[in-house]
Amino acid sequence: MAALTTTQSAPTPDAPQRAPRRLGFSQALGRWDVKVSPYLYVSPFFVLFALTGLFPLAYTAVVSVYDWNLLGGQGTYVGMQNYADVLGQETFWKSLVNTLSIFLLSAVPQIVIAITLAALLDQNIRNATFWRMGVLVPYVVAPIAVSLIFGRLFADQYGLINDILGTFGLDQIGWHRDRFASHVAVAAMVNYRWTGYNALIFLAAMQAVPRDLYEAATIDGAGPWRQFFSVTVPQIRSTVIFVVLTASIGGLQIFDEARLFDAGGLGGADRQWMTTVLYLYDVAWGNQRDLGRAAAVAWVLFVLILLIGFGNFLLSRRIASSATRTPRVRRSVTRRLLAEARAAGNADTTASTTTVRRDS
Amino acid sequence: MRSSTRPTRRAAARTLQTTAGAAAVVLALTACGGSDGGGSDGGGAAEDGPITLTVATFNDFGYSDELLAQYTEEHPDVTVELIDAASAADARTNLTTKLAAGGEGLADVEAIEVDWISELAQYPDLFTDMTDPELDGRWMDWKVEQATTPDGKLIGYGTDIGPEAICYRQDLFEEAGLPSEPDEVAELLGGEDATWEDYFAAGADFVKGSDTAWYDSGVATYQGLVNQVENAYEESDGTPKPLAENAEIKDLYDTIVEQHDAGLSAGLVQWGEDWASGFQNDAFATMLCPAWMTGSIESNSGGVTGWNIADVFPGGGGNWGGSFLTVPASGAHIEAAKELAAWLTAPEQQTAAFETSGNFPSQIEAQESEQVQSFVNEFMNDAPVGQIFSNRAQAIEGNPFKGPNYFAIHQTVQQGIERVETTDEDPGTSWEKTLTAFDDLGL
Repeated sequence: MAALTTTQSAPTPDAPQRAPRRLGFSQALGRWDVKVSPYLYVSPFFVLFALTGLFPLAYTAVVSVYDWNLLGGQGTYVGMQNYADVLGQETFWKSLVNTLSIFLLSAVPQIVIAITLAALLDQNIRNATFWRMGVLVPYVVAPIAVSLIFGRLFADQYGLINDILGTFGLDQIGWHRDRFASHVAVAAMVNYRWTGYNALIFLAAMQAVPRDLYEAATIDGAGPWRQFFSVTVPQIRSTVIFVVLTASIGGLQIFDEARLFDAGGLGGADRQWMTTVLYLYDVAWGNQRDLGRAAAVAWVLFVLILLIGFGNFLLSRRIASSATRTPRVRRSVTRRLLAEARAAGNADTTASTTTVRRDS
Repeated sequence: MRSSTRPTRRAAARTLQTTAGAAAVVLALTACGGSDGGGSDGGGAAEDGPITLTVATFNDFGYSDELLAQYTEEHPDVTVELIDAASAADARTNLTTKLAAGGEGLADVEAIEVDWISELAQYPDLFTDMTDPELDGRWMDWKVEQATTPDGKLIGYGTDIGPEAICYRQDLFEEAGLPSEPDEVAELLGGEDATWEDYFAAGADFVKGSDTAWYDSGVATYQGLVNQVENAYEESDGTPKPLAENAEIKDLYDTIVEQHDAGLSAGLVQWGEDWASGFQNDAFATMLCPAWMTGSIESNSGGVTGWNIADVFPGGGGNWGGSFLTVPASGAHIEAAKELAAWLTAPEQQTAAFETSGNFPSQIEAQESEQVQSFVNEFMNDAPVGQIFSNRAQAIEGNPFKGPNYFAIHQTVQQGIERVETTDEDPGTSWEKTLTAFDDLGL
C-alpha cells in the first residue's frame, strides 16, 4: 500500500525533463506493476486476517493484563495476575482434561470413520451422488438441533439409549452423571456433525488420485486392502494432514455441544464435561464476569492449540509418509546398478543418471 | 522429489496458517468489551411513525398474541413483538452480554428476575428511570423496593410475584395411602404453622409406601428454604458473607442433602430433559409451587391428571421469583417502550396473563379483583388458584435481601447440591468444591 502512494508522488520533482521522464515513468509503472500488483491481489485476505485475526489476538493480549469486568469495563493494570488466577483455578485444569478427552474421543474415530466412508464412496456404486450428498446431511443440521435430539437420546433416566439398554437387561449409563460417559456423549454429537464433512474432503482427494496407479497395482497383484494402504493413503497424504489439523483445532474448541448438553449449560454440576472454551465463556459471561481472566484463558488456549496442532502436523506427516518409504530401497538398488554400469564404462550412464536425479 | 515436495510444503504452510487463523477466532470470542452506553433520544411513538417494539421475556409471562394485538389496537402506530427465552438464566446471559456490547441488539423492553435485579442495579445508567407518580400504589411495597436502586431510581415495573404453595399428585397420594384432598394434605403438612420438618416427615411416610420420590429436586427445595432467610449470602449493605463461615446456609445445605440420602428427592435437575420426562413418569409426588410453576407443570404433564394444589407452605410464606420489565437506556424508542411496559404491568393485563400462564400478579388491584379471586385452574383439578395464591401472598413476611452478588453465590451452592444429587458426590467433598467455587468468584 505504501508503495502505491510513492508511485504517484515520485514523478513530480523532475517535471522539466519531459521526454525521459515519460519513458522513466512508464517503465517505473511497469516495474511497480510487476512488483506491487501481486501483493495487492492477495491483500484482501491479509487485510481481513489482520482485522479479524491479528487485531483480536493483540487486543485480547491487552485485555488479559487488566482487571476487566463485563459490565464495568476496563479496570486497573494487573500484569500477569489474571494468568495466575486462571492457572490457579481447579476448574481450568478440569476443563483442560475434559477438552483433551473429548478431543481424542471425537477426532480419532472421526478420521478413521471418515476415511473408511470415503473409500467406500470412492468405489463404483449406484447412485453415487445420492450417497455422497447423504453423508453431508448431518453437517447441514444446526448444532442446536443436533444437541436437542442427542439430549433426548442421552438423557440419564428416560433417554432412548438407556431405554434400549434396559430392554436388553443392561445397566443404565449415567450419561450426565459419569464423567467419561458424558465425554462419549458429547463426542458423539461432534462426530455426528463432522464425520460426513471430513469424508467428503477425503473423497475429493481420493478422486484426484490417478486411476492408472490402481491399474498398475492391480496388475502387480495388489488386493483392495493393499491398494488402499499403499496407493490411496500415501496419495492423499496432504489431505490427511489438513483434516487432522482442522479436526484438532475444532476439537479443542468444542462449545455448542457441551453447552447444550444439559439445561444449565455449564458442563454439569461437577463440571464433568465443561470444555475450556465453555470455561472461558463462563469466566467472562458467567458469575465471574471477568473479561480479563477470560482473555488469559483465550491466550493459554491459543498457545495450547498451536502446540497440539503443530504436534499433530509432525505426527500425521510421519504416519502418512511411512508408506512411501518402500521405493527408497529400490532406488538404492538402482543407484548400485548405475554405479556398476558406470564402472563398466557404459555410454548410457550420463543419460540415466540425470533421470535418476530428477526423480530423487 | 523436488516437484512433489513443493506442494506439500505449501500445504503445510497453509495448514499452519489455518491453525493460527482459527485460533485467532477463539481469541476473538473475548474481543468485545467496554460499554459506552450507546444511546439515542427516546422519541415518542407518534412522531416516528409506525414502530415495532420488542419485548424479551423468559419461561412464559402469559403475554398472549391477543394481548399484544390489543395494544396495537389501542396504539395503531405500535406493533409489539415477543421474544421468549427458555429459562431465566438464558435471558440473564443474553441481557448482560448485550449490555456489555453497548446495548446493541437488546429488546426495547427487557424482563429481568428478582434474583439478579440487584446485580444490574449496580449500573443504573444502563436502564431508564421509570419512576412515575401516576403508578404509585400499583404494586405491593416490597415489589417496588426490589426494583429501586439505592439512589432512588426505579429501574423496572413489577409483573408477577411467586407466592409458593405445594403442588402434589392426588393419585399418587391415594396409592401410597395418604390423605389426598387439598384440605387434608394442607393439614398433613402442618396446616397454618407448617414447618419443613413436617414436610420432610410426610415425605418419609410417603416414600415408604411408594416407588415415587417425594419431591423433584433438592435444588428447587433449597430455593424454598433459602427464600425464607433474611440475609442469605450478603449483609444488608451488600457485602458478601464468607461462605465458609455461613452456618445458616451450611445448615440448609445439610438438611437438603440429608433428605436426598433418605430417598426423598428424585434428584432431577429443573428444566432438564429428565425433569421434563419425570412429570410423565411419576418420578415425584410433590413440588414447591410458586404461582408461575403451575404453567410449567401443565405443559410438561400432558396426559397426567392427578395434580392439585394444597394451600400450605412450610416455614410460613415464601416468594420464589417474580419479574420486572425494564427499559434499557440504549433503546431507540425509550418513551414508547416505557408506555408499553406500564401498560403490560397494569392490573388488567396482569390479570389476563395470570389466566394464561398462572403468573400471579404483583399489582394489589389485580390481586383483589374478582377475576383473580374466583379463578380456578382446570388442569389442577379445579384448584381455586386465585384464592390459594392470594392467601400464600399474604403469608409472605419480610423481603429477603438479595444484593449484587446474590445470584452468583446462590448458584455455587445450588451446584453443590446438584453435585450430590446427580453425580453421587460425597456431601462433604461437594461442599468443599462449593467453597472453592465461591473463592473463584473473587468477591
